[in-house]
Amino acid sequence: MYAFNYHRPASLAEAARLLASNPEAKLLAGGQTYIPTLKQRLARPSDVIDIGGLAELKGITEEAGGVTIGAAVRHAEVAGSALVRRLIPALASLAEGIGDPQVRNRGTLGGSIANNDPAADYPAAVVGLGATVRTSKGRAIAGDAFFTGMFETALEPDEIVTAVHFPKPEKAAYAKFPNPASRYAIVGVFLAKTASGIRVAVTGAAPCVFRATALEQALAASWSAASIDSVTIDPSNLNSDIHAQADYRAHLVKVMAKRALAAAG
Amino acid sequence: MRISMTVNGRAVSGEVEPRTLLVEFLRNQLGLTGTHVGCDTSQCGCCVVHVDGVSAKSCTMLAVQADGCSVTTIEGLAQGGKLHPLQQAFHEHHGLQCGFCTPGMIMSAADLLQRNPDPTEHEVREWLEGNLCRCTGYHNIVKAILAAAQTMRGMAKAAE
Repeated sequence: MYAFNYHRPASLAEAARLLASNPEAKLLAGGQTYIPTLKQRLARPSDVIDIGGLAELKGITEEAGGVTIGAAVRHAEVAGSALVRRLIPALASLAEGIGDPQVRNRGTLGGSIANNDPAADYPAAVVGLGATVRTSKGRAIAGDAFFTGMFETALEPDEIVTAVHFPKPEKAAYAKFPNPASRYAIVGVFLAKTASGIRVAVTGAAPCVFRATALEQALAASWSAASIDSVTIDPSNLNSDIHAQADYRAHLVKVMAKRALAAAG
Repeated sequence: MRISMTVNGRAVSGEVEPRTLLVEFLRNQLGLTGTHVGCDTSQCGCCVVHVDGVSAKSCTMLAVQADGCSVTTIEGLAQGGKLHPLQQAFHEHHGLQCGFCTPGMIMSAADLLQRNPDPTEHEVREWLEGNLCRCTGYHNIVKAILAAAQTMRGMAKAAE
């Protein structure tokens, strides 16, 4: 690991100031991706700003019938939250399937979505539920607009995720085909029936989470496994790597969509 | 940077670079070498300790992040010279071969049993997702954890 200066700001405002005044600074929350990245010398920040303990980024609250989760809330807290289990059980079970228990004890919602790993689980929930990402600049960014590419988001360089608001769906479920070693999604499908229509978000399959619009249209016409079967997923924009070829990932999108459909009921 | 924390009930402090990992602080500066480093890539779980009562991979945490925290390592588990029920059960059920992964296995299992005193075999196996053993095939590890859970439930009952 390269050397860096470490800061533990006492407030979000102080964290934002530190981030804005150090162009090579990076944020640290749970560190379950960033510390391994530092250890491999894949990053060389001048300053590391630890926001994992900021009270302003904590808490899970009920809001407008849905849930609002602070950016520094850990996966294990979401998985174990009675409120999340009652309002959006699909979100709690997604959190329960991330990594391993120790990763879930430290890793955070804000860290996961700000990093936007192509195979991370949370981006599928943010897009699949039509969630809203709130930031230190007072912006409310729609889930559909937040994830802009591989490891890229709509966040400005000095902007910090503060919370995510997830509206309550009529029904929803997440199904993933995990890599057996890392538990990252080879393909993960978050499927939801919401007030604004059917949403199907796919993670792991492509360089960035995306909505499978053909599946959404088919399921809007008929909420059934036969609808999913009738759709062809184009593999040309999907990932091929040592874990799975693009055509296999295209196949898995439909299989995971059907599993999610069965789980959602 | 100067950091202070409680390790196995004892107040400790030390001077560290911000890039020092918690496991490096525990092993190199405090001499607590029971916490192992197996993979260095956050996957094997040999380095699991408890930070404020919750299991964490000490190779995936900076020592400065644990400033002000209470840390428990495998050395802090036995009380009054008597092995913790998990340690005793790993011994009795031969839950190890080379023993390298054992500290992490036991610290991880201790976190499971404080959340779920009566886990099923399936729940134990699921919980051990972040702990790799390259010798035993896990069977006796799972057996030991289930046996320890039973012992600890008996102790809790006796204490009532």
